Amino acid sequence: MLIKKIILPSDDNRWKLINATMKRHGYQPNSLIETLHTVQETFGYLDEISLKFVALTLKVPLSSVYGVATFYNFFNLKPQGKHTCVVCLGTACYIKGTNVIAEEIKKEFKLSMGKTTESGNLSLLSARCLGACGIAPAIVIDGEVHGNVSVEKTLEVLRRHENDN
Amino acid sequence: MIIEELIEYAQKLHLREKTGKHEVKVCSAAGCLSLKSEAVADELRKKIAELGIEEEVSVKPVGCLGLCSKGPLVTIDSGNRVYQNVKPEDANLIIEKAKTDPQSETDKFFTRQQKIVLENSGQVDPEKIHDYILRDGYKALHDVLEMTPQEVIDEVTISGLRGRGGAGYPTGLKWNTVAKTGNIKKYVICNADEGDPGAFMDRSLLEGDPHRVLEGMAIAAYAVGADEGYVYCRAEYPLAIKRLKNAVKQAERAGVLGKNIFGTTFSFTVDLRIGAGAFVCGEETALIASIEGKRGQPRPRPPYPAEVGLWGSPTLINNVETYGNIAPILRNGGEWYAAIGTEKSKGTKVFALAGKIVNTGLIEIPMGISLREVIYDIGGGIPDGKKFKAVQTGGPSGGCIPEQFLDKPVDYESLSELGSIMGSGGMIIMDETSCMVDVAKYFLDFTKDESCGKCVPCRVGTVQLYNILDRITKGTGTMEDLDELDDLCDLVKNTSLCGLGQAAPNPVLSTIQYFRDEYIAHIVDKKCPAGVCKFHTHAETGKSEVII
Amino acid sequence: MVTTGKKVKTFIIDGKDVSGTEDQTVIEVCRENNIEIPTLCHLEGLAEVGACRLCLVEIKGSNKLLPACVTKVHEGMEVITASEGLKKYRIKILELFFSERNHICSVCVSNGICELQNLAQRLGMTHVHYPYLFPKFDVDASHERFVLDNNRCILCTRCVRVCDEIEGAHTWDIMGRGIESMVITDLNKPWGESESCTSCGKCVAVCPTGALVEKYKNAVDKSFMYKKDKLKFLPYLTTMREVKNEQS
Repeated sequence: MLIKKIILPSDDNRWKLINATMKRHGYQPNSLIETLHTVQETFGYLDEISLKFVALTLKVPLSSVYGVATFYNFFNLKPQGKHTCVVCLGTACYIKGTNVIAEEIKKEFKLSMGKTTESGNLSLLSARCLGACGIAPAIVIDGEVHGNVSVEKTLEVLRRHENDN
Repeated sequence: MIIEELIEYAQKLHLREKTGKHEVKVCSAAGCLSLKSEAVADELRKKIAELGIEEEVSVKPVGCLGLCSKGPLVTIDSGNRVYQNVKPEDANLIIEKAKTDPQSETDKFFTRQQKIVLENSGQVDPEKIHDYILRDGYKALHDVLEMTPQEVIDEVTISGLRGRGGAGYPTGLKWNTVAKTGNIKKYVICNADEGDPGAFMDRSLLEGDPHRVLEGMAIAAYAVGADEGYVYCRAEYPLAIKRLKNAVKQAERAGVLGKNIFGTTFSFTVDLRIGAGAFVCGEETALIASIEGKRGQPRPRPPYPAEVGLWGSPTLINNVETYGNIAPILRNGGEWYAAIGTEKSKGTKVFALAGKIVNTGLIEIPMGISLREVIYDIGGGIPDGKKFKAVQTGGPSGGCIPEQFLDKPVDYESLSELGSIMGSGGMIIMDETSCMVDVAKYFLDFTKDESCGKCVPCRVGTVQLYNILDRITKGTGTMEDLDELDDLCDLVKNTSLCGLGQAAPNPVLSTIQYFRDEYIAHIVDKKCPAGVCKFHTHAETGKSEVII
Repeated sequence: MVTTGKKVKTFIIDGKDVSGTEDQTVIEVCRENNIEIPTLCHLEGLAEVGACRLCLVEIKGSNKLLPACVTKVHEGMEVITASEGLKKYRIKILELFFSERNHICSVCVSNGICELQNLAQRLGMTHVHYPYLFPKFDVDASHERFVLDNNRCILCTRCVRVCDEIEGAHTWDIMGRGIESMVITDLNKPWGESESCTSCGKCVAVCPTGALVEKYKNAVDKSFMYKKDKLKFLPYLTTMREVKNEQS
């Protein structure tokens, strides 16, 4: 295999992590999704510079990269807030009222799904099912699953996060 | 390497850890973890250290014990008794119980089940391979390598095992098709993209006993002649991914995965691919596209992946639970497995009980027991004295089954006769406070969002279906809308490209079939019998109005 | 048509005895025998996607309808291409197409030469009884020669395929999913700023509707491309040359 010279977009060390993922997969075009996962883990979202870098390095057409990045729910093209709240909208959670919780959150923080508050402190997201149906209704705040939640408890925690400076 | 060497290796690892005479097993599956089971384990360890009884009692994190709604769960030794809602303060009591004779379980939730796939779940430490090996782990793989591939396939065929992902295609037949494609490059894929909302069987198995799935895949690979495998796991399951990665590493170190397994010419490697949040990737051709790094869009079948699959090579795709059944089948023989269950549906099935039911959690039952037994004996019935309304199986591809059919057996044929499907095993119970039109709308909202957009009937048809249901739940529906629903369902079902579209109308069709009166109440009386849908009514005119 | 080295299969389409080679699809044999099958995504020379679902046919012994464009012929099969049920489904699928975006023929540059419109007329679609979804899309006229109007797009992906498979540029792809799917150039940037576009115009030539059109002129009637005895191989390449010749 030819040794390729990879030019990183900047001297930000985080690009090395992304390059490492691509290298591990031999810079194969089929490692696109794996690479995008690494980009999102590293930078929190996929911006134009990173999409271009990945496309160029893996030799995948730009439009394909964009197509993949927008096909999967997991990838964000915009930065997320400091704190994230993921409301599970799986059937078990829905039956037990997470849709009501979601509505209350939207009302309280003037948010819609997938958006971030003006302060940039809080993002509201939804998940199709966390597989935590046994403890429905469930929400995830900053990566931690909370089971059997109530509207009040959720709002209380989120208010604290929103006012976090 | 022979099996004795493997066991010796496991024992050495086992001895390195200091384990007591009695083991206190603390559930460390995602459900209990989020209910802070780790704090319970920490407190137990602290107390044991304080008392200085490490040789007598030790703590072990294990996979799902099943009764998620009453977590954190703790059990002692062979799990005869499961302690529920355990708090760190209960540590002393648990240690006391561990030292005395274990009591036997009387709760029907546990006694009515029959565990094959989940036999190790809640018993072994999912992060330690030696624990699995010491419970006959990888023995089936060892024995299989002395058989011919055809003998292995025959054994699976005799067992009558059918695909646990939902469609119920005979596993032996699928293996045979892949095996017959000749001596070329082949792949084995484990579908762990458990997308049905309300289903968490695969997650629990991967979190609780990952080696069993790997062993099943290795046996399958030997039988069909593959040397490379992928587990495609959804990104929503970080714990399952972590434990799988760890399991693959340990298995390679132990020599049960990788090159020349057990000193034979058989080699098999497993790699992990993480999904990125697309329900349609549970469909096998979409899953393959996703592994190839593309948009997860299905393609028309035939050709089936068994002939043209990953990178154009013949590919065997089975679900997590299907692989979970393989090792016990080969250890005990196909006949043994075929003796469990009904004539056409053999063996056991894992279900995830959720919704309005007392005991939510994970269960494994022999095929053929009635829905009533599942819901009332094992599930403990409906909480708060409410009345049962329907049980939903098969997720967005399934249907709602009303009370009059509760005595029907749980098997592939009976459930599809009722307009639902077995599905991957989610069972969501609804009581009188659930509105069935709203439930149908919920599922269509799901499928329209998850439609990949490739074919028109699914892309546009599901949106039109959703809009009609939305009108009905807001009180502006008409009786013509009901006929339109029927008509459009028929179109989407028969002309969509893949299973997602073809099954998308099922929740609508089954609710119209069994709960037509609820639809009519919304349309004619402008009332929601369950009180879920809200209509704005002008006091004077009595006319309803859409709320925005 | 018999080519050496390939097995010939004999079978029945609509009661008529026909034959084809083993690597042919049902739609190819139908066209050779002047049996009309409606389709919007199929185009000779491009990879098949089986997405428009208009070419679904009944095959005896199969409980599912199968797309003629990807179904290979086999010995003794019995194909029915135009049962009453199929005709109804096709009209409803066309109605779904019309309801999806803003297909207002009277103000469309492709009025009269649009494949979607032609099919609707031919199959007897009288009205659309699904509510129009009326999405809002911007028109991209940033390219110096061409215009993209997503309001007219039916997501057949012919442009995506021709650009990738024939031109080798892969400027086009689909973004999003479900009802929100949309054709894009590069990183969803204006077409005129595209780094990969070669301005070859193949995408415009293969577009069945008025989604991709050439500026400052009436759309070209492309229907001749699909007629049987006309240039068979990669017809759109020739078309482009003809268009250029007209200009010069």
